[in-house]
Amino acid sequence: MNAAFRVELRKFLSTRMWWLLLVVLAAYMVFMGVIMAFTFTADTAQGEVANLLPVEAAKTVYSLGNSLGYVFPLVIGALSVTTEFRHQTITTTFLVEPRRTVVLVAKFAAGAVIGLSYGVAATAATVAGSAPLLAWQGDGAHLGNGDVLVTIALTVVSMTIWTMIGVGFGTVLTNQVASIVVLLAFTQFVEPVLRAALGAVDVLAPVGRFLPGAAAESISGASLYSTIGVFELLERWQGALVMLAYVVVLGVIGRLTSFRRDVT
Amino acid sequence: MAAEIVFESISKSFGPVKAVDQLSFTVEPGVVTGFLGPNGAGKTTTLRMLLGLVEPTSGNATVGGRHYLEIERPASVIGAALEASSFHPGRTGREHLRTYAPQVGVDTKRCDEVLEMVGLATAARRRVGGYSLGMRQRLGLAFTLLGDPQVLVLDEPANGLDPQGIHWLRAFLRHLASEGRTVLVSSHVLAEVQQTVDDVVIIAGGRLVHASSLAELAARARKQVHVVTPDVTLLTQVAAERRWQLDPAADGFTVWDVDAAEVGSVAFARGLELHELRGRAIDLEQVFLDLTRGTGA
Repeated sequence: MNAAFRVELRKFLSTRMWWLLLVVLAAYMVFMGVIMAFTFTADTAQGEVANLLPVEAAKTVYSLGNSLGYVFPLVIGALSVTTEFRHQTITTTFLVEPRRTVVLVAKFAAGAVIGLSYGVAATAATVAGSAPLLAWQGDGAHLGNGDVLVTIALTVVSMTIWTMIGVGFGTVLTNQVASIVVLLAFTQFVEPVLRAALGAVDVLAPVGRFLPGAAAESISGASLYSTIGVFELLERWQGALVMLAYVVVLGVIGRLTSFRRDVT
Repeated sequence: MAAEIVFESISKSFGPVKAVDQLSFTVEPGVVTGFLGPNGAGKTTTLRMLLGLVEPTSGNATVGGRHYLEIERPASVIGAALEASSFHPGRTGREHLRTYAPQVGVDTKRCDEVLEMVGLATAARRRVGGYSLGMRQRLGLAFTLLGDPQVLVLDEPANGLDPQGIHWLRAFLRHLASEGRTVLVSSHVLAEVQQTVDDVVIIAGGRLVHASSLAELAARARKQVHVVTPDVTLLTQVAAERRWQLDPAADGFTVWDVDAAEVGSVAFARGLELHELRGRAIDLEQVFLDLTRGTGA
């Protein structure tokens, strides 16, 4: 298992994609951190979000990785599986480790490590971009507040799980182009619309909480959507369980389909 | 530990198509065995069943008595190269080997060693995306050697190699076999491996059509004699009397299933004027074509 894990980690680290996406993610989060901090501070006088408590505002800004940046860990996770099918390296992978469940578990483990690095980079970038502005123009950066620090740490955790969901999704949809298109469409369009639509109907509102994006935001305990008042989130532990359930379900489906088939 | 490869009435169907049908043969250690058949004969499917990549519909394939899936750290027992294209183009040749090294059970030093062995040392730090087909073949071969396995399985390793590369591959495979290893090499062109292999296994349409030493295969070849004469009428007459099969060929005739001495002595006895009389080298490719004809998909 240890060897399988090391091999899967090397697969990430021996190509340029993982750090290219990491750099783009960090740059994006610095930028969005600045923008959001600016929104929460400069517009205090007349903005609609002015009723947010300063600490809540800080939490919402610091957890932006989770609200906006999560597509990066999701995509790098999916790529770790789809590139193997695209370049047929899956043949070599199964030659050196014919126990396919071992390969799958190792992929999840390596994906978690890469996801952790994405979470740390994204969150550090967000804080770097927003904290100075919050401290200078707003009510303070609140980086000494324990509650805020918990939110930051849990944002890293949920971005880690996002990568694992990506790995699971890659095993279900191994076609690289299709996989990326579906992930982008779902995260950037389908889920936001669904969350808004479900949130607007009282009976359906609870269903929306179980969407992966909503579950992820409940882990960090701060949400752009709930801030805007669309709907309530799950408890933290519930959100974590929901996300892990997505990982397990996708992984099991992948094991029974693409990871069970003949490799021809 | 010498290990033989054994296929026992192995079959594979893809839907209604029988890709491999009740195939049985054994591959011995210490020799190079050519696994031959036209494209679509089922060679790759057979090899993939041996390597646990494709599940047989029925039957068995074992190495040293064990199934691939039962072997701990299989890359140190069987080295296999299936396709010249299965590399990530963004990795360098060296990184490709290093990536898999922990599961093969070797270190980076061994990766550099095998790159040296296959003549890729200078290209080791270039991305595989920029490799020629021949270089990819060499990298595939380097990968098979990584775990110093007793058994080597190579699918069409000569594809894309230049003449020097093919010459080098021959010597290399012969050397590996001389160390007591089991070497199985597939090809759809007999001529490509003719000078490399000791044994041949020929399949067509998923079925075994021939398995023997190369020498025994050569013995099945039809003898041919090339004859040039100004007296076509007499030649035709003599051939009819002797029941020789006579075919017109470029600038002369081909006489089948006899040797030059026999044709020469008959011609001399009958006063048939010959300007050329020459036995043709046996044409193994023709034997191969005859064996596999009509059985293909």
